[in-house]
Amino acid sequence: MMKEHQHYLSGMVKELKPSGIRKFFDLAASIKGVISLGVGEPDFITPWSIREAAILSLEEGYTSYTANPGLLELRQEISGYLNKRFGVQYNPVDQVIVTAGASQAIDLTFRAILNPGDEVLIIEPAFVSYAPLVTLAGGKPIPVSTHPSNGFKLTAEQIENAITTKTKAILLCSPNNPTGTYLNKEELTEISRVVEKQDLLVISDEIYAELTYDDEYTSFASIEGMYDRTILINGFSKGFAMTGWRLGFLAAPQPFTEQMVKILQYTTMCAPHMLQHGAIEALRNTYHEVESMRRSYRRRRNYIVQSLNNIGLDCHTPGGAFYVFPSIKKTGLSSEQFAEELLLAEKVAVVPGSAFGESGEGYIRCSYATSMEQLQEAMQRIKRFMDSLESKENRVQELSTNN
Amino acid sequence: MRLSGEELEVLSILEENHRIPVQDIALMVNSSVEDVSAIIKKLEDEKIIVSYPALIDWSKVAGEENIVAMIDVKVTPKRGVGFDEVAERIYRFPEVTSLYLMSGAYDLSITIEGKTMSEIARFVSEKLSTIDNVISTTTHFMLKKYKHDGVIFGENNDRDRRMVVSP
Repeated sequence: MMKEHQHYLSGMVKELKPSGIRKFFDLAASIKGVISLGVGEPDFITPWSIREAAILSLEEGYTSYTANPGLLELRQEISGYLNKRFGVQYNPVDQVIVTAGASQAIDLTFRAILNPGDEVLIIEPAFVSYAPLVTLAGGKPIPVSTHPSNGFKLTAEQIENAITTKTKAILLCSPNNPTGTYLNKEELTEISRVVEKQDLLVISDEIYAELTYDDEYTSFASIEGMYDRTILINGFSKGFAMTGWRLGFLAAPQPFTEQMVKILQYTTMCAPHMLQHGAIEALRNTYHEVESMRRSYRRRRNYIVQSLNNIGLDCHTPGGAFYVFPSIKKTGLSSEQFAEELLLAEKVAVVPGSAFGESGEGYIRCSYATSMEQLQEAMQRIKRFMDSLESKENRVQELSTNN
Repeated sequence: MRLSGEELEVLSILEENHRIPVQDIALMVNSSVEDVSAIIKKLEDEKIIVSYPALIDWSKVAGEENIVAMIDVKVTPKRGVGFDEVAERIYRFPEVTSLYLMSGAYDLSITIEGKTMSEIARFVSEKLSTIDNVISTTTHFMLKKYKHDGVIFGENNDRDRRMVVSP
């Protein structure tokens, strides 16, 4: 006789918390006419020449497996791109792996480096997948909270405070999802000193590297002494507007990649063949489109940061990605309440900051990867919402003074 | 004329959509309304911004569909003024909507719009061909407009297909 299905499930998986975004998605999806500032992907469709290259690849019958780490031709392009863009050198033959999205690259990394109980520092507010991926690989995610007072920039001291004898690695994401915070060369160098001193590895999620608006991007692997300690994660999703393709890559010292390739062999084999041809085209011929998208995001960033500040929602100017992370503390609402009430009252979807870790409470994530027209409308609606909160508060105050 | 980075930004924003309020442009380029207004005025005065027309798909308006033809014209250039004089004679006709000097097998490329085919035929035979310097004309009637000035006409297949909230 079979027991309850629950009985057969892995305890570890059962204990994973469902993503805080999921819950909000269900609510937002049930309402018509929503303007969404809750989308974590570009509003651009993949440039046509990339799509066309993938179509051609299918027409020509490239439907077989590729080598586990991906087509050598693509790895060569990636290696050339990393060198040209970020000044880091990786051998395409044995230091570069093409993955099904940057998320798989992160998963591969944790599986390759973690022993049971090893601790990984996750800098919060953080992308929702990091901590669960550490857990699934048998490690222990240790949240490290950053502070709004310096625009959520990670400091060396914050790392030091979280270090234990079991700390193995730190996951950096710059520019960051959800805060948009970007760490410049000096700030990364500060961090590298602790990394060196504490003998840590760094998983550097550089998926938003193409989307920085004030400075040239610095890859963590290019910081002096960090090359051998860094697993560089990047991909095509954000910069090239290719989220649905699920194409990412990692580059790392060969002893790491050698082990990761084994995991690939036994799990997904390789990333889809025809899509890899699209990625080759992306790196070869579409950089001007990346630049044009970057310019477009930059304008919208300026617009939304100033608009939110004008409305009275304090918002620092993020250096990259396509998110702003304004404070909603003055409303007295929790970030979940704020997001829910805004959605119900004005049909604007934002993501509660608490979905990205404890230190995100009191904030909301607004993505500006949406058209200017939609942004303009969303700002009007948010203003109306804030005004209504204020007048509600005034009425409450009036009532209490009258009594 | 060399333009500043900010001026180029303003131009590029207006090129995409000139109906965007100056206030919003100012926010997008991190500047003040006064500064952006001054930039726009300068660009207009310098005729860098030439005009602000709307791009209209007349084929959707019953009774307002136009017949469009492109005419390749060979001409003899005139000493001292080259092609400019004959070009001017041609572009002054209101039915000529665009006129370019081309390299290659012919010299001038004209776009002309009319209500009927015979209207265009009349223009070619009575007005264009009779100009002294015009040697020959080849008229191509446009059958369908797919894309114009960077804008795709007809069905918009580029609607937002993203999920409403994602990480």
